[in-house]
Amino acid sequence: MDLHLTDATATDEERAAVDAVLGPPATGWVGGDRLHGDTHRVARGGRAARDQRHLLLPVLHSVQGRVGWVSPGALNYVSQRLSVPPAEAYGVASFYAMFSTKPRARAVLHACDDIACRINGAEQVIARLRDAFGPEGEPDATGNRTWLRSPCLGVCEAAPAVLLQQASDRPFELTIAPASNGNLEPFVSTGPGTWTGVGSDASAAPQTQDATARVSLRLLRRIGLVDPTSLDSYRAHGGYEALREAVRLGPGGVIREVKDAKLLGRGGAAFPTGVKWEAVAQQPVRPHYLVCNADESEPGTFKDRVVMENDPFALIEAMTIAGYATGSEHGYIYIRGEYPQAHAFLASAIEQARRHGFLGDDVMGQGFAFDIELRRGAGAYICGEETALFNSIEGKRGEPRNKPPFPVTHGLFGKPTGINNVETLINVLEIMRIGGPAYAAIGTPDSTGPRLFCLSGCVARPGLYEVEFGATLGDVLSLAGGIRDGKRLQAILLGGAAGAFVGPDAMDLPLTFEATRAAGVTLGSGVVMAFDETVNLPDILVRVAQFFRDESCGQCVPCRVGTVRQEELLARLAAGAPRGSRDDEIALLNDIAQAMRDASICGLGQTASGAIQSAIRAFDLFAVEAGS
Amino acid sequence: MVGLATAFGAGGGTSSYEEVENTDLIILWGSNAREAHPIFFHHVLKGIRNGARLFVVDPRRTVSAEWADLWLGIDVGTDIALSNAIAREIIVNQLYHQPFVELATTGFDEYRDSVMDWTLERGAQETGVPADVIREVAHAYAKADRAMICWTLGITEHHNAVDNVLALINLGLLTGHVGTYGSGLNPLRGQNNVQGGGDMGAIPNKLPGFQDIETDADARARFEEAWGTPIVPKSGWHLSQMFEAMDRGDLTALYVIGENPATSEADAQHARHLLETRDTLIVQDIFMTQTAQLADVVLPAANSSFESDGTVTNSERRTQRVRKALDPPGEARDDIWILAQLAKRLGFDWGDPTAEEAWDECRSLSPMHRGMSWARLEELGGIQWPCPDESHPGTQFLHARLWAEDPAEQGPKAPLSVVIHDPPVDLLSEEFPIRLTTGRRLDSYNTGVQSGMYSSPLRRDEAIEVSPEDAARLGLSEGECVLVSSRRAAVEAPVHVAETLRPGLAFMTLHFPDQVDTNALTIDATDPKSGTAEFKATAVRIDKLPSKDAELISQGEGSHR
Repeated sequence: MDLHLTDATATDEERAAVDAVLGPPATGWVGGDRLHGDTHRVARGGRAARDQRHLLLPVLHSVQGRVGWVSPGALNYVSQRLSVPPAEAYGVASFYAMFSTKPRARAVLHACDDIACRINGAEQVIARLRDAFGPEGEPDATGNRTWLRSPCLGVCEAAPAVLLQQASDRPFELTIAPASNGNLEPFVSTGPGTWTGVGSDASAAPQTQDATARVSLRLLRRIGLVDPTSLDSYRAHGGYEALREAVRLGPGGVIREVKDAKLLGRGGAAFPTGVKWEAVAQQPVRPHYLVCNADESEPGTFKDRVVMENDPFALIEAMTIAGYATGSEHGYIYIRGEYPQAHAFLASAIEQARRHGFLGDDVMGQGFAFDIELRRGAGAYICGEETALFNSIEGKRGEPRNKPPFPVTHGLFGKPTGINNVETLINVLEIMRIGGPAYAAIGTPDSTGPRLFCLSGCVARPGLYEVEFGATLGDVLSLAGGIRDGKRLQAILLGGAAGAFVGPDAMDLPLTFEATRAAGVTLGSGVVMAFDETVNLPDILVRVAQFFRDESCGQCVPCRVGTVRQEELLARLAAGAPRGSRDDEIALLNDIAQAMRDASICGLGQTASGAIQSAIRAFDLFAVEAGS
Repeated sequence: MVGLATAFGAGGGTSSYEEVENTDLIILWGSNAREAHPIFFHHVLKGIRNGARLFVVDPRRTVSAEWADLWLGIDVGTDIALSNAIAREIIVNQLYHQPFVELATTGFDEYRDSVMDWTLERGAQETGVPADVIREVAHAYAKADRAMICWTLGITEHHNAVDNVLALINLGLLTGHVGTYGSGLNPLRGQNNVQGGGDMGAIPNKLPGFQDIETDADARARFEEAWGTPIVPKSGWHLSQMFEAMDRGDLTALYVIGENPATSEADAQHARHLLETRDTLIVQDIFMTQTAQLADVVLPAANSSFESDGTVTNSERRTQRVRKALDPPGEARDDIWILAQLAKRLGFDWGDPTAEEAWDECRSLSPMHRGMSWARLEELGGIQWPCPDESHPGTQFLHARLWAEDPAEQGPKAPLSVVIHDPPVDLLSEEFPIRLTTGRRLDSYNTGVQSGMYSSPLRRDEAIEVSPEDAARLGLSEGECVLVSSRRAAVEAPVHVAETLRPGLAFMTLHFPDQVDTNALTIDATDPKSGTAEFKATAVRIDKLPSKDAELISQGEGSHR
C-alpha cells in the first residue's frame, strides 16, 4: 500500500520493540536500513504484508510495553511494516485505553475506582497516589512515574485494586490487591526497576480452601491443588482425560453430548453451546476458527481470571475439544489486557502443551491439528462483544459489527467461528467427564450444570463461588458469609453494570436463567455485588453511567450520544439540580434508554441504562433531592 | 499501438476493466498506474481485493510498487533482457502453452532459439534483478490461470519502444494469456481519448478503424467514394519524423491541434527552433500554449470535454458519449466547426455538420464502429469495439479468434517476434554516471497545460529526485539547487531526496517546463517504428553549485532556467 507518512521516525528502541514481534525488515524498502542493506532491486509486500494486519495490536503492545507510549515515529514504522495507513494505525492505537499516543511516564499505577473498589476504599488509595505523584496522568518529580484512574480491573474480590505497569525492555506488570497504603509504600517510595512481583493464589475461590466444601466442586475442583505452571501437575490431576474421551466420541459425539447436557453460554447471552458448535461444524467454508472470549471486563466479574490464573491447562484442554468438535484448527484466546498474571500462565501453558504434543499438527497423536494463539486486549470493555473482539484480533478498532451475519458463518477473518466464554468452555470438561445426560441432571431442567458466581462488595468473604443451578440469591450470599460487619443489606447488583439492581426482598430468587428472566433481571456474567446500608447508591449509579460513556466505542449514534446524556442527567440528579422536576428527568432517562435499546448496534448501548433504571425503580432514588 | 497492431492487427488493449478486477495476476510493467493512471488503478485495487497478485516492474519503487506483492527494480532499458529471460525460463521448464503456441502463433522456433542465451544468470546480470526473482515471476505468470500484463511509457518511451512492446506480447502469446476472459495485454492510455485518437486514424498509416492506408485497397475505395477524392496509398509521418522533416526542410507548414510540442518534445530547445522557423505554423488549442505563442495563426477551440458534443474511447476500447454542457467562451469554436470552415475556405462545402453526423460518417466507413449508433451508445453507456452491427453487444476482450480451430474463423496467426536487447542509447560513463528517468506525478499531466492552473495540495515544484544514498555520497541536501548536466544541456534544479530511488537512479518530471526544462536534458533518439523518443533513459551528472560564481558560469554554458 502506498503510505503517506509524516517525517517522524522511530527510535532504535521503538524499532526493536516492533521487530521483536515482526522480525527484522527484509529490505531497506520496507523499513530496514537502506545504507547497509540489500541489492535495492527487490521488495516484497502486497498481500503478505497486508495479511499481517492482525499483528497490529501485538506490535502496539510491544511498543507500549517497552517505551511507555506509542509515538508518531513508532506509528510510522508500524504502518510501514504492516502496510497499514498511518491514520488507521493511529485510529487503532487511540481506541484502546492501554495505549497512550501521548508521552507518558514509564511507570504507571492504574488505580481502579469502579464499583467494588470505590466501596472498599479506592479513594484513599488514590489520595495516597496523588499525594506521592501529583495530579492524575502527570509525571511525578522523577519524571518516571504517574498514576491513572481505571475502570474495573477484575479483582473485585480483593478490592481496592491497583495495576502497575512499567515499560522497559523487560516490561513489568503487577496487580496489587487489596491495595493499601502499607503495601503501596514500596512502590511509592522507591524508584522504578526495584519493584518485585507477587504470585497469585487460590484464595480467590474460598470453597477450595475448605476441605468439606471442595468435595462438591466441579469447575473449580483442581484449583488450589494443581500447579498452574505445570502440565505434568495438570495431568496428575485428571488433565487431558476429557480430550481422550472427546476423541473416543468423535466430533459429532462431542456435539451430541454438549447438546444433551443443555449447556448454555455463561458469558451473558445464554445461547445453547451445542447448537452453536454444530452450526460451525456444518459450515462448508474453511477454515473454521475457535475463539475463547476471555475479555472479561464486566464490572464485578473475575471468574475467568481466577480459572485462568489457577487452572490454565483446563481452558486449553477445553478449547482443544471445542476445536476438534467444530473442525477448527486454529484457536484464539482473547484475554483482557489487565490480566498480566493470567496472560503469563496461559502463555506458558500453551507453550508446554505445544511442546508435549497437546497442541500442534497431531494433537496427542490422534491425527487432528489444533493450536492456540494468545491475544491480549488493550483496555476496551467493548471488545467483550464478540464481533468487536474479532475486529480487535484482526488488528482493528474494537467496533462491533452488524448482525446478521452471525459469527457461525462470518466470524473471525470473515470465516465460520465458534466463540465461547471461558466458563462455558471449562463446563465441557465436566460434560466429557460425566456425560451429557448426567450433566443435564444437575441444576434445573432449563438451567443445567454448575455455575460460577463472583461475590464482591460488602460481603464477608468475597470471592468466586461455584453452585449448582437452582441455588437462590440468599444461598449464594450466605456462602460468602452474608453482609460483613453486621451491616444491613441495601441492594445487590446482579449480572454486572449491564445487569440490574435488586433489593433485600429478592433473597428467594433462584439464580437460574429462567427465574431471573421471569423477574426481569439477568445473571449476566455471574456478578453478585452486595451494597450495605452505608453505600451511597446514587454515587454508584453515576459511576455506572460514567463507565458506559467511557466505554462506548462511539460507532453508533444512539449509544455515543445516549451514554453522554445519561451521565449528564444522573450527575444533575445526584447534585440535586434536575432540569425541570425529578419526574421530568426520569422520563427523559427512560426516553434515552429506549432509544439506546432500540437502535444501538450492540449490547453495550442496549443495556447501558438497565441497571440505572432498575435501581431508580427499586429504591425510589433521587426523590428527596428532587423535592428540595 | 504499433506493437499490438504488428502482432494482432489491431492496436488496442485486449481486456476490459472488469477483467482486471477478476484476474489472478497483474503485472504492471513500466507503469506507475497508481499515479499516472489512477482510474485504471482503481480497477487494479478491486482486483487485488478480489485476490489478484500484483507484480510491478519499474526501476523506481513507485507508489504502485508499494502495492505489489513483488517489485522488480530493473535497470532502465533492460525490459527485453528481462522478458527474454522470463521466456527462456518458461520454455525450458515446459511451462508454455504448447497447444496455443501451435494453434495460434507463428515463429516459435526462431523465437525459442533467440531467447536460449538468456539464462536467468544473464538476465540477472543485465537487468539487476536477482535470478531467483526472475524465475519466480516466470513461473507465476506461466502457471496463473488468468494473467495480465499492463504497460505504459516505461515500455514505450525508449528508442526501441516497439521491440519492448513485442517482448511483452511474446510472453502473452507464449503462455496463452490472450484472447480469454481475465487474461490480456494492455497498454494504459494517458488520457480519456488516446485510444479514440488512434481509432479515428490519427496514426500515420491507418484510416479510421485501423484500416491500412497502403495495403487495404477496399477500404481506400470506400473512403474515396464517400469523400469524393482519391486517397494516396502512402503512410504519413509520425511526430518524430515530422521533426526530422522540418530539420531537412521538407516540412514547412504545420497545423497543430491540441498538442504542445514546444515543451513536450525531447531536446526541446531544438524542437522550439524548428517550430519557430516554419513558413506557417497554425495552432488550434484551448490554451495559449508555448507552441501557440510561436504560431502565425491561433484558432481558439472549444473544450472537448464539456463545451462540445462527441465521443471518447478509453483504454478498454469503450466508446462513450460526451455532451456539451457550456458554450465556449469568446470566439472559441467547436473543432468540427473550425474544420468545416477551413474546408469551406479551401473550396469544399461540408455544411455545418453536427457531431452525430460526423460520427455516422465514421460508422459508415469503419466496420468496427458500425454498430455504435448515437442511440445505442446512450442506451448501453458506451460500447467496446469492435461492434460490427446494431445487434452486436460490443467486444469485451479481443483476439478470442486466435483460439478458434477453424482457420477462417481464426484469421491471421499472431507472430512471436525475435527481439534483441539493445541498451539505452545515452550510455552511462564516468562523466555522466547517473541514470535519469522521467515520469508523471498524480496531480499533474505532461507539460502542465491541462493541470497547471488547478491547485493541488500534493503538488511539489519540479526537482531532481535522487536516492538517499546518492544524496549522502554527493553531499546534497533537500531543496539544495544543483546543476544537472546531460550530453546535450545543463539545467538547474532543486534536489528532492526520494526513498523511491535506488543508488544511481534519478528522476524528474516534465510537468513544470517553466521551472526546470527537463526535456532539454533528454535524448531525441527515437524508435524508428513508433516515433517515440527515449525520454526514459538519460545519462546525467549532478554537481553542487557551490557559489554564485559557479551559477553564472553554468548559465553561460546553456542553463536556461
